[in-house]
Amino acid sequence: MTCTDFLSQLTDYFDGQISPELLEEVRAHTASCHHCEVVLDTTRKTISVYRDHEVYEVSTEFRERLHAAIMKRCTEKGKLGCR
Amino acid sequence: MPAIQSPGTEEIHPDVALVARAKEGDAAAFEQLVRQYERQIFRVAQHITQNREDAEDITQDAFLKAYEKLDQFQGNSKFSTWLVRIAVNESLMRLRKRKTSKTVSMDEDVQTDEGSIPRDFAEWRPNPEQIYGQNELGDILRKTIQGLPAGFRTVFTLRDIENLSTEETAEALGLSVPAVKSRLLRARLQLRERLSRYFRQNKKEGQPA
Repeated sequence: MTCTDFLSQLTDYFDGQISPELLEEVRAHTASCHHCEVVLDTTRKTISVYRDHEVYEVSTEFRERLHAAIMKRCTEKGKLGCR
Repeated sequence: MPAIQSPGTEEIHPDVALVARAKEGDAAAFEQLVRQYERQIFRVAQHITQNREDAEDITQDAFLKAYEKLDQFQGNSKFSTWLVRIAVNESLMRLRKRKTSKTVSMDEDVQTDEGSIPRDFAEWRPNPEQIYGQNELGDILRKTIQGLPAGFRTVFTLRDIENLSTEETAEALGLSVPAVKSRLLRARLQLRERLSRYFRQNKKEGQPA
């Protein structure tokens, strides 16, 4: 497996959709290629750091405004039973 | 590594009952759906538009639109995926209207591999969380994803941040599965490359290398 082949398998690798044969090849490649080993590790950390941190939070003011707007619309339309 | 799910063994999602109640006029059921997904829809819109005011407008519009079109929701996909698709469409439309943005189409900005070929091979040790505090890390993550082309940012957001499956992401964006995979690879590699300036080993705190 070349470094280019390795990169082309990266998405399937992270998504758990790689065949056992290719997985074995990826492992063999990263065991012998330090650059690709680093790419694998730091890409994994890239995904997890975004997944683990709430980068954008909804403000309380907005949440209140949102719910008010939805209830208002439902009153106007009379479609949903409103409180 | 996640196990591959076998189709045909799907359980009935709790949203199905809520949607059915909302369709019959139960406002509380619809509000429950809003509460469940308001954070996700806001995050998606904010990641795509990179603008809080736009993201708030889009979130509100997406829920109102979903409410209007509830009868059209057939239940072929998950309710959350359907909502996300509405929010993505609204977000991309908003981007297109913005004169300053040149990369607004899901089909653009994918012609080049620039930035997707790894060049930085430094290890990230210690882990980013050990180098930076919450606020500083948040700033770095926001700044970094902001620099990504909109098409890549959107795929990364749906797939990796919101944890939609490849198929759900493809459905929400009107892309093929191979197109999602290819964009996702490039998005992940570009983010990795950019983050490495902050997270690489031996980097002095507060100064990108």
